[in-house]
Amino acid sequence: MAGTLEVSLWRGGADGRYVGYEVPMRDSQTVLDVVTWVQRNADATLSYRFACRVGMCGSCAMTVNGRPRWTCRTHVSKVASDGKLKVGPLENLPVIKDLAADMRPFFEKWQQAQGRFAPSKTRTDPIERISPDSPARLAANAAIECINCGVCYAACDTVRWNPDYLGPAALNRAWTLVNDVRDAANVERLTAVAADSGCHACHSHQSCQEHCPVALNPTASIAGLKRKTAQAYLRGEIKP
Amino acid sequence: MSMLSRRTSPLWLAALVHRLSGLALAAFLPFHFLALGLAISGEARLEGFLRWADQPLVKLSEGLLVGLLAVHMLGGLRLLALENLAWREGQTRFALLAVAAAMVVVFVFLASVF
Ligand code: HEM
Ligand code: SF4
Ligand code: SF4
Ligand code: FES
Repeated sequence: MAGTLEVSLWRGGADGRYVGYEVPMRDSQTVLDVVTWVQRNADATLSYRFACRVGMCGSCAMTVNGRPRWTCRTHVSKVASDGKLKVGPLENLPVIKDLAADMRPFFEKWQQAQGRFAPSKTRTDPIERISPDSPARLAANAAIECINCGVCYAACDTVRWNPDYLGPAALNRAWTLVNDVRDAANVERLTAVAADSGCHACHSHQSCQEHCPVALNPTASIAGLKRKTAQAYLRGEIKP
Repeated sequence: MSMLSRRTSPLWLAALVHRLSGLALAAFLPFHFLALGLAISGEARLEGFLRWADQPLVKLSEGLLVGLLAVHMLGGLRLLALENLAWREGQTRFALLAVAAAMVVVFVFLASVF
């Protein structure tokens, strides 16, 4: 495939601007390939983030022609309109520089949603047997493959309106743990996700589901948390 | 390729319709109560009101209001079902169904008042 792509990349911090580059077209070229070409051949000071290049690590997400996407697995041929590509940092997060968004608020909210495993046993206890087809395990499995890419967070308008909203990924993670029978911290977790700007702030727009590159459904997970927290409240297990 | 590019999906539009119809309903509600108030405050005024309400433009706006209520209620029931029952795929289809049903309701309403 011969030809040239007209690429504009965000340069600078929050007060930066889009700068144009001409990048040679290649077969099976990904958006990450394009960004890397600019960094190697046009301007070595271009900042961006990636690691695995195969859709595992979740570090390469950017805004591509207006949509948040994982750039290492987004083919240019699928997203370029008339050979034009506009790439910026992820939305709903502060910009560090160029294409690198500051992911700290995203990961801080995982902690706020108690998105970490709290063991209920020690290494001397026998291993807990979990039936793979128990409803709780099936629910956890459906949501577990998150790569922490932040695409859903950038796509969520509720995050845009309410910067304190925990967001789809953190709540999706909390849901997997709520369904983990080995976890010991679910009262604290349900309390945390039921608080202001938690699961009940979600409007079920499904933008997160629509954009998630690994086809997870945070909307369904959050709906699960809405029900679970409501039940826990009615049973007096958590307080408002 | 602006911020609109990821805001054209049917479900995003469904949320937009839900919000705008909710706000429009809230704005019209006082007038609805005003009309009811007039209706119970005396026969003469009710007569006048009913004559006023018999105008085509008024009937059309009533049709719009009925449509807003129908689309908001059906869309709202879809959300309540989505959030409170087991997950169902095909929400786009349900949202489109809600809009279609609301249009049928408006049609039946207009056919019955004209
Ligand atoms: C007829 C039955 C109704 C049902 C089933 C219903 C359902 C709902 C639901 C589920 C929501 C939350 C949507 C979300 O999470 O984004 C909502 C929002 C809303 N409703 Fe209703 N509603 C009804 C009637 C009304 C009426 C009569 C009004 C006008 C006074 C109204 C005004 C609103 C407004 C302003 C919102 C906020 C919209 C938003 O945040 O996007 N609703 N409704
Ligand atoms: S479903 Fe909830 S979390 Fe997902 S995009 Fe909508 S508001 Fe955000
Ligand atoms: S839920 Fe999907 S879009 Fe969101 S962080 Fe995880 S993998 Fe990325
Ligand atoms: S570079 Fe690892 S997911 Fe894209």
